[in-house]
Amino acid sequence: MANLESRSGGGLPAGPAEPVQPAESPGDALTYDGQEPLAAVRVLPRAGDGSGVYLDHAASTPMLPEAFDAMVAELAHTGNPSSLHNAGRRARRVIEESREQIAQTYGARPSEVIFTSGGTEADNLAIKGLFWSRRGPNSPADDEAQTSVGACPAKKLRNRILATATEHHAVLDCVRWLGEHENADVDWLGVDSDGLLSPDTLRDAIERDPDTVALVSVMWANNEVGTIQPIAELASVAARYGIPFHSDAVQAAGQLPVSLAESGATALTITGHKIGGPVGAGALLLARGQDPVPVLHGGGQERDVRSGTLDTAAIAGFAVAVGWAARNQAEHAARVGKLRDSLVDVVRATVPDAILNGPEPGPSRLASNAHFSFPGCEGDALLMLLDAKGIACSTGSACTAGVAQPSHVLLAMGADRARAKSSLRFSLGHTSTQDDIDALGEVIGEVVERARRAGR
Amino acid sequence: MKVLAAMSGGVDSAVAAARAAEAGYDVTGIHLALSENPSSYRTGARGCCTLEDARDARRAADVIGIPFYVWDMAERFATDVVDDFVAEYARGNTPNPCLRCNEKIKFAAVLDRAVALGFDAVCTGHHASIDRSTGQPRLVRSVDQGKDQSYVLAVLTPAQLSRAMFPLGDSTKDQVRVEAARRGLAVADKPDSHDICFIADGDTRAFLRRKLGEAPGPIVDRDGREIGHHDGSYGFTVGQRRGLRIDTPASDGKPRYVLDIEPVSGTVRVGPAAALDVTEITAARPVWTGCEPPSGPIEAAVQLRAHGETFPATCEPDPDGSIKIRLHTPARGVARGQAAVLYDGPVVLGSGTIASTAITAPSPS
Repeated sequence: MANLESRSGGGLPAGPAEPVQPAESPGDALTYDGQEPLAAVRVLPRAGDGSGVYLDHAASTPMLPEAFDAMVAELAHTGNPSSLHNAGRRARRVIEESREQIAQTYGARPSEVIFTSGGTEADNLAIKGLFWSRRGPNSPADDEAQTSVGACPAKKLRNRILATATEHHAVLDCVRWLGEHENADVDWLGVDSDGLLSPDTLRDAIERDPDTVALVSVMWANNEVGTIQPIAELASVAARYGIPFHSDAVQAAGQLPVSLAESGATALTITGHKIGGPVGAGALLLARGQDPVPVLHGGGQERDVRSGTLDTAAIAGFAVAVGWAARNQAEHAARVGKLRDSLVDVVRATVPDAILNGPEPGPSRLASNAHFSFPGCEGDALLMLLDAKGIACSTGSACTAGVAQPSHVLLAMGADRARAKSSLRFSLGHTSTQDDIDALGEVIGEVVERARRAGR
Repeated sequence: MKVLAAMSGGVDSAVAAARAAEAGYDVTGIHLALSENPSSYRTGARGCCTLEDARDARRAADVIGIPFYVWDMAERFATDVVDDFVAEYARGNTPNPCLRCNEKIKFAAVLDRAVALGFDAVCTGHHASIDRSTGQPRLVRSVDQGKDQSYVLAVLTPAQLSRAMFPLGDSTKDQVRVEAARRGLAVADKPDSHDICFIADGDTRAFLRRKLGEAPGPIVDRDGREIGHHDGSYGFTVGQRRGLRIDTPASDGKPRYVLDIEPVSGTVRVGPAAALDVTEITAARPVWTGCEPPSGPIEAAVQLRAHGETFPATCEPDPDGSIKIRLHTPARGVARGQAAVLYDGPVVLGSGTIASTAITAPSPS
C-alpha cells in the first residue's frame, strides 16, 4: 500500500540529505495566519499517506526535519557507545552531548538523565524501581537507617503508593500491578471535574500515615484532556515528608517549561516522539541520590539503573527535538494555543451541545489539547467517519484488540459511561495549521449528525 | 457503493473482502470483538475473536488495502447469542448460535450501525450466494456442498438479505484457499473454525453446567419408568446416545437414545433409535425469502440441522402463524430449537424454528 511506504520511501541508507524534501502543497508549509514559520523550513511527509489532516499529535508527533536529519545521519555510523575504541567513543560523545542538551533543557544535571526506550519504560523504572528500593524494612534505601537501628525499633513497611486516578496506563498499570503482586497498598488520588488534583487531597492522603508512603506519582499534564497539575505545589507537599515524587511529563515537555530542579520533583518521565523526536528514545530524569531497583538488568549502561545498548541515532534525534523545544517552547505553545482555541470555537459553533472535557482553555490546560464529548455518538464511530475524510484524531482511550473502553480519566472526572464513550481528542503540534482546523470545521457537523444516527 | 466487510481473521472473510474491493466497492474492514475477555492466542480450530484473530484480520485488511477497525459487539453478543444459547438449552431446546449470531449480530446490530454510518451493505465470508436476478434477493446454496452455510443464513429476512453480500458462493473452499495464497493473504492456510466460538475448550456440557448449575433429574424410558438420573437435562440433545450412563440394559438389548427433554421436571426420555423417527414438524416464526409467503401447501426439501440431509415434505402455513411440515420420509433425531429450512433445489424458500415434532405412524419399539 502506498501509504505504508511513504514514510520510509526516501531510502534510509542514502544518507541524511536525501529523504527530506520540501513539501509541495501549501498546507504542508509551516505558515499560519500570515505569520512566519517557527523554525522548520521543510516539513516531513504528513501522517499516513501524506495528504491527511493530522490532529493526533498527543499520540505521536511528526518528526521535526532537523531531528530526522540528525537521526538519519547518526544511523550511518557504526559504534556501540559502550565500546572503548574510537567508534565507540564517537557514539558515546553523541550520547553525552544529547544528555547534556536534555539535562540543560529540563533543569537536570547530565548524571540525572537516564535514557530509556520511551515513556513507558521510564514510568516503569520510576514506579517499580522506587517502590522496591523504598518499601523496606530491608530495602536498599534503608541500609543507612539500619546502621542506627537501635534508635528506631519498630520500623514500618513503606508500601503505600499514592497516584492520581487519571494517570496514563504506563503509570496506572504499574501501580495496579504492584498492588496485585507486590503487596503495595494503593491510594488513588481523586480529581475534580476538570481533572485537577488538589494539594490538600495529596496532603490528606500522606497524613493518614506518612511513614508508610513509598512514593507519589502525579502526571504533569494529562494525555487525554490536557489538564495541567500544579506540579511544584504537589511536589513540595511530598518533599515536606521526604517522599519521592514522580511525574509523567511526557505530554508537558515541549509545551510547558518543565524543570526537574525547579519543580522539586524527584523523577520526571519524558519521551521523544511527543515533541518531534523519534519513537524509541525517552528518559527518566532522576534526582541524584535516588537508587531505584533496576527493571532491566544487564550491562548497567545507565547509572547501573538501566541496562541495554543505547540507541545512539534515536537519542541524537531526541536531543535535537528537545533543543528545538527549548528554543521555541513559549512561542510554540502560543501558536498552538491559538489554533486550539479556533478548533474549540468551530466545534462549539457547529455542534452546540458538544461538551469540552477538562479545564477551559487557559493556564490549566495544555495548549495543544481539545477533548470533547458528543452526546448521542460513539467515539469510535466519529473516529471512523473522520478517518474516512482524512482527519486523524483519537478516542483517547486504551485499546487492546482495538476495542475502546470508556476512558478512566473521564470516569475519574465524574463523567458517566455514555459521556466517556462519546468522546474524541484532537491534539495539535508543530505541523498544525489553520487549514487543519478549517478542514475539521467543514465536516464535523455532518460527521456528528451521522454518528448520532448510528446511536450508541 | 460503500461496503462493510466483517473480517473474522479467517481465510473466507479475508477473500470475501478482497473480492468486494476488487469488484470496485468502497470496502471498509471490521473485526467484531465478541468476547469481553479475549484470549491471546487461538488454539487449533476452536474459538474465535482472540487477539490473534483480530491481528490476522488487520493484516488481511492491510494486504487488501482497505481501512480496518474493531467494533465492540461483546455486550450485544453476550445478550443476544450467549444468553439466548443458555436459555434455549434450559428450555430443553438445542439452539444454533451461529444462526442466532447472523440474525441478531451480523445482519442486525452490525448492519444497522453500518447503514446508519453510511454503508450500503455488509459483506461476509459465508459460503452461500444471493440471486438478485429476480427482484427480491434469494439465498442460494454454495457450490461447495460440504461448506454450504445457507442453513445458518436462512433466518435472514428479505430486508436483511437485501443488504447482505456473500462473494464466496460460487467457489469451493479449496478455491478460496488457493486464491488467498495468490493474493498474499497469510491466513490462506489457517485451519477452519469448528464448534462454538464462545466455548473455547469445546466442552458445551461443562459450559452449560457453569452457567446453569447442577439440575439433577430422572432418565425415564418410554413407559415412564425411571431407569437412571442425570446432572442436568441441558446436557442432552434429542438423538443423543452417548453419555446417558444408564445401568439397566434395554429389554431388547439395543442402544437407547434421547427422545425428548422435558425441561420443567428435568425429565429426559430415552428409547430405541426407531422411536426417534419424526414425520411432523411445527416450525415457528417463519421467514420467507425465496417465494411469497404461501397461502396453501407447497412442496419443498427440508433441512433440519446444519450440514444435514434434506427431506421432501409438504409445508403448509398454519393459521397460528407457524408452518406445518409433513415429511414424506421420516427424519431421525429432530431437535427443537434448530431451524427447519425449506429449499427448492439450491434456493432457500424460507425457514422457521422447530417448535415441536410428532410421529404420524409410530414404529414398534
